[in-house]
Amino acid sequence: METYALLLAATLNAGTVLALAGLGLLINEKSGVVNLGAEGMMLCAAIAGFAAVVYTGSDLFGFLAGMGAGMLMAALFGVLVIWLGTNQYATGLALSLFGLGFSAFLGVPYTQEKLPERIGYSWPILGDIPWIGPALFQHHPVVYLAIAVAFALIWFLDKSRTGLVLRAVGESPQSAHALGYPVRSIRLLAVLAGGALCGLAGAYLSVIYTPLWVEGMVAGRGWIALALTTFATWRPARVLLGAYLFGGLTMLQFHLQSSGVQVPSEFLTALPYLATIVVLVLISRNPTWIRVNMPASLGKPFHPG
Amino acid sequence: MIRLEPRPQSSALWTYASPMLAIVITIALGILIFMALDKDPARALQMFFWEPLKSKYAVGEIMIKATPLLLIALGLSVCFRSNVWNIGAEGQFVIGAVCAGSVALMADKSTGLWIVPALMLAGVLGGMFWAGITALLRDRFNANEILVSLMLVYVATMVLSFLVHGPLKDPGGFNFPQSKTFEAITRIPRLMSGSRANIGVPIALICAVLLWIYLFRTRAGFAQQVGGLAPAAARYAGFSSRRALWVALLISGGAAGLAGALEVAGPIGQLTPYVPAGYGFAAIIVAFVGRLHPVGMVLSAVLMSMFYIGGELAQSRMGLPRSITGVFQGLLLFCLLACDTLVTYRLRWIRKGAG
Repeated sequence: METYALLLAATLNAGTVLALAGLGLLINEKSGVVNLGAEGMMLCAAIAGFAAVVYTGSDLFGFLAGMGAGMLMAALFGVLVIWLGTNQYATGLALSLFGLGFSAFLGVPYTQEKLPERIGYSWPILGDIPWIGPALFQHHPVVYLAIAVAFALIWFLDKSRTGLVLRAVGESPQSAHALGYPVRSIRLLAVLAGGALCGLAGAYLSVIYTPLWVEGMVAGRGWIALALTTFATWRPARVLLGAYLFGGLTMLQFHLQSSGVQVPSEFLTALPYLATIVVLVLISRNPTWIRVNMPASLGKPFHPG
Repeated sequence: MIRLEPRPQSSALWTYASPMLAIVITIALGILIFMALDKDPARALQMFFWEPLKSKYAVGEIMIKATPLLLIALGLSVCFRSNVWNIGAEGQFVIGAVCAGSVALMADKSTGLWIVPALMLAGVLGGMFWAGITALLRDRFNANEILVSLMLVYVATMVLSFLVHGPLKDPGGFNFPQSKTFEAITRIPRLMSGSRANIGVPIALICAVLLWIYLFRTRAGFAQQVGGLAPAAARYAGFSSRRALWVALLISGGAAGLAGALEVAGPIGQLTPYVPAGYGFAAIIVAFVGRLHPVGMVLSAVLMSMFYIGGELAQSRMGLPRSITGVFQGLLLFCLLACDTLVTYRLRWIRKGAG
């Protein structure tokens, strides 16, 4: 019984990285811009966050540094794509490749570094309940923040006026422009929000989840988060759910490995990637599903005037 | 104030000048990085642009690294020209290497020279098979090829890792995760003594010529690209987009697989977990910097190869981290994309208050 509580806890923890990045990319894509640079932003944020904690000893500064790094890279991407009209796929890819190299470069002095002792967190009273406490109420605050972000996004996209404008920009930038909304600035803000959340995800990974810096440590999570927005057909609650499912898959892999199941460990490591492909196929085989929910201008450049 | 103004027609001059400008800007940024790191920029530039050209051996090293980059980029250019976003060439490279390596491991003392073309064929087929998965899932289920091809890179790496830790592990290898060293007969024949350059170099150049003929002198090659430029026109002309998808992925998969075969039976000589060296990703940059044109890609493959060798030299002689190569590669692609704006836009100086 105790193992399952720990497994559930680990699932929430692992899913948080994917959830934050996936929700960020969701905002990004709702405005009509695909940022394939998620992996690169997360890597740079991971090293920025890690380095900040090494210097300041404060996790909060680590998260802020990660978000800053993510936003900086997102800004670079945004200016190129939104103002200079470069190809979104190629530019995002450039961001990922650059981030991979740049983070490895910056991270060289930090590969042996250790962070100060990580503190345990627990909710008062709730955290002491047997089974439920360790499973749900002894997590880092960022885990709950991810859930809060998901619900805030549901409200923002469905109920708020700004959210409506954001969706309009993603569905029909021409109409939004004709109504007088600054399409480019709105898109840039959405891209920056995406960068901030991907950055937080990267920093959480290196500061809390691992907590280590290893070259290329994001290991495809940025790409899985990109796939998540499609799986979730651009709905925040489904992104959250999908993130936990994939987090669970990662944990299941460790669980199976340690319980001595006779499967090659490489197969288990490949499981999240294979699962991404399988789910992508299952979702995509119904084109209307995708088409109904996908922001209509996704991936298409917009030139005012 | 500077304003961007769309050109009535894209500029032919800037189409070719933009990669040059991008290279210049990348080098300028590189000098700033070296200065920030307190390293002599002149000496660093020497590592990247002079040392790799100094001797016959060094030039051979450039060629040996440029070969896989060029082969993969040639294949990718077909994809990108037909608007198929295959970014999983690294995986196709790895599976090509695995298949070629498995053939090479079958050789014994009595095997003839036929083993070399056989393993190259195995590499091509392996790469085509791996890219074919992406094509199938895109074609049948409409699954996004960017994500599928990329996920398959991780899967391919795991396949390689499984094989070298298990079935293909050298029994006499002190438990290291690597296969036996291939028999000498399987080695890709070298061009000359005193250099590691092998017949992969002329093979890649022949592929570049064949690609040029295919793209610019055949109807099939024309039909292949129309879908990328104007999907509606392609449909109207009756060019099948499904066919274009399959052809693009099979060509690029085959090319990447061949590169994997040449690499594993050439400079490496055994299957190890270090077969994937990032050529599949670097080749994306090679393809774009080379303007998706065979001649341009030959030049950009050589440039990118110099980045690799320069990075290694800068590490061993100046104590710079080797990952500086990756930084430069990424910067180069960024600069190129930014400079490409000048192909379709022009800069206009506007005095404040006017307009």
